[in-house]
Amino acid sequence: MGVDRRKFLKIAGISAALGLGGSVGWQLLRPGQLDAAEEPWNTPYQWVTRDHGALKEVPNPRALKGKRWGMAVDMKKFTPATAKAAVEACNYYHNVPSIPTKQDIKWIWLAPYKNVFPEVENPMAGDYTDMDYITMCNHCDQPPCVRVCPTKATFRRDDGIVLMDFHRCIGCRFCMAACPYGSRSFNFQDPRPFIKKQYDGFPTRAKGVVEKCNFCAERLAVGKLPYCAEASGGAMIFGDVDNAGSALRKALRGRYSIRRKPNLGTNPQVYYLV
Amino acid sequence: MLEKALSGSKLYWGWLVCLLILMAAGFASYLVQYNEGLVITGMSRDVSWGFYIAQFTFLVGVAASAVMLVLPYYLHHYKDFGRITILGEFLAISAVLMCILFIFVDLGKPTRILNVMLYPTPNSILFWDMIVLNGYLIINLVAGWVTLESERKQVAPPGWIKPVIYLSIPWAVSIHTVTAFLYAGLPGRGFWLTAILAPRFLASAFAAGPAVLILLGYLVKKLTNFDPGKAAFETLAKIVTYAIILHIFFFFLEVFTVFYSNIPGHMDHMKYLYFGYHGYNALVPWMWAALICGFAAIVLLVNPRTRQNTTILPIACVLVFICTWIDKGMGMIAGGFIPNPLHEITEYAPTALELLVTFGVYATGAFVLTILYKVALGVKEEEAAL
Ligand code: SF4
Ligand code: SF4
Ligand code: SF4
Repeated sequence: MGVDRRKFLKIAGISAALGLGGSVGWQLLRPGQLDAAEEPWNTPYQWVTRDHGALKEVPNPRALKGKRWGMAVDMKKFTPATAKAAVEACNYYHNVPSIPTKQDIKWIWLAPYKNVFPEVENPMAGDYTDMDYITMCNHCDQPPCVRVCPTKATFRRDDGIVLMDFHRCIGCRFCMAACPYGSRSFNFQDPRPFIKKQYDGFPTRAKGVVEKCNFCAERLAVGKLPYCAEASGGAMIFGDVDNAGSALRKALRGRYSIRRKPNLGTNPQVYYLV
Repeated sequence: MLEKALSGSKLYWGWLVCLLILMAAGFASYLVQYNEGLVITGMSRDVSWGFYIAQFTFLVGVAASAVMLVLPYYLHHYKDFGRITILGEFLAISAVLMCILFIFVDLGKPTRILNVMLYPTPNSILFWDMIVLNGYLIINLVAGWVTLESERKQVAPPGWIKPVIYLSIPWAVSIHTVTAFLYAGLPGRGFWLTAILAPRFLASAFAAGPAVLILLGYLVKKLTNFDPGKAAFETLAKIVTYAIILHIFFFFLEVFTVFYSNIPGHMDHMKYLYFGYHGYNALVPWMWAALICGFAAIVLLVNPRTRQNTTILPIACVLVFICTWIDKGMGMIAGGFIPNPLHEITEYAPTALELLVTFGVYATGAFVLTILYKVALGVKEEEAAL
């Protein structure tokens, strides 16, 4: 088993975790990327040889496992600088372009309370309704985007993460009509010219497909927390909603929290502590 | 039978050449879109479906309306539709063809369209829409062609065609119902989230389709020796009358629920469309024009004297067409996206290239329709000469 093939498979493993399908793993190869993959703990899969010399994939033992991932957002804990850092970390590490038109791509951004929580305005509340809120995909437990997708390019993983297969999406944008939170973006054009500084550890997308926050599935696969949570200075707490002992559940036990449009039955998994 | 399309007057060939030029312009514009992406359209992150999907929705209605001829003729043996039913079936064929083209040009990754079949997903309404639309195309092709072929041979149509024709009746209803379900089941879009959407779609379709057919009938009568018959026109006009009244009635049912309940998520779209919202009002004149045309058409159609008048009827039909086309082709889709789920407003207007692609698709439909009508009328003429 040549080194080249092993390297290739490691990369293929990353791409499989990103939902890209193993057969197209080669598309991820980019200068410098192989060096990063050299460190086994940075790949989602380890590869071991079985008796007949065939390769069997073994998940990275450090991968974080959860029954249903969720995020708690504590807007009070943010400073303008950490909020900006959280957004920018996601944009950089996911090669999210910045397009100065109404055909922009957004994974995570800040919006006023009245926009993030329309129809639950409370003019008397002051205070928490005067802030801007972090907005991202809610990784709904009953995701309408998954329900409508005609190709299963958008799918819900067993751990609750709603993912996209950029290589299967036909760009019909049904999922964008279905998402009640405006969390999805369509690549109206080739996004690459609009990426200020390209990060080689994550694939760029092509024109014609939809994308959104992936709850950093590629990070969880190597045992790390989402970029935004890491950069948030403790204002974003990521964890397993179904595990009573998780940091997330602790945060939710101590504080009141609200969710976006809970009346729609989507069961969003992003909780806002108020 | 197709050879009948190969001989014709100067006018016939001139018309086809005009259509071909439009088709070429549309195709060239599509190539630009194919290379650059949907960036060349007026669509946006907030209004993610636009003119293409709106035309698709409108034309599904035109296609479904063939049932308004098939049902009286085959189920109730209404003889006066004998000469014109084939025109309805052929109109349905070209309309479905345009529907499929509009879906195609709207895709971000058209080369992957087969993924819908490679990974069949029954929980997606788009999957079912693909099935019913293609099914409807095949049913109408078979039914139309076989009946015409036997008419030409002066024999009774084969027995097996009857069940196919009967099947086309519920199938026609299904295509527009399923198309309404694309929108009516989305939790966050208050404008579409209403059980009346499918009936509204059907009512406006059964007004628009027969209105188009009346206009085509007049055209055919003027340009050829073929006369669909006075009775056929009159019955079609009655169908248009009932349907446009239902269309307006259903609209007011929606208006009542939306405004009396006072729920912002449902009301704001209507406010945007008819009164403007926070200063955004691009569609307001259009929506009122549609309503006024609808009312004017009702006035002209309800009165038997004006309805039976051969100069006024076409005018009423044009009004019906404008009313239903604006309603579905402009307001229905953009209106559902404005305001967006975060209650922000991004307006939508199609770009010139988007319009060119649209004209190209319509020209393709007109081209196919011309050929099909040429064949049908050729057979009818031959029959009359015998
Ligand atoms: S927030 Fe939108 S995109 Fe994310 S899972 Fe829910 S419906 Fe899907
Ligand atoms: S745009 Fe892509 S992900 Fe969205 S519904 Fe269509 S195929 Fe699925
Ligand atoms: S969880 Fe990951 S993908 Fe989602 S917003 Fe945060 S950094 Fe971006």
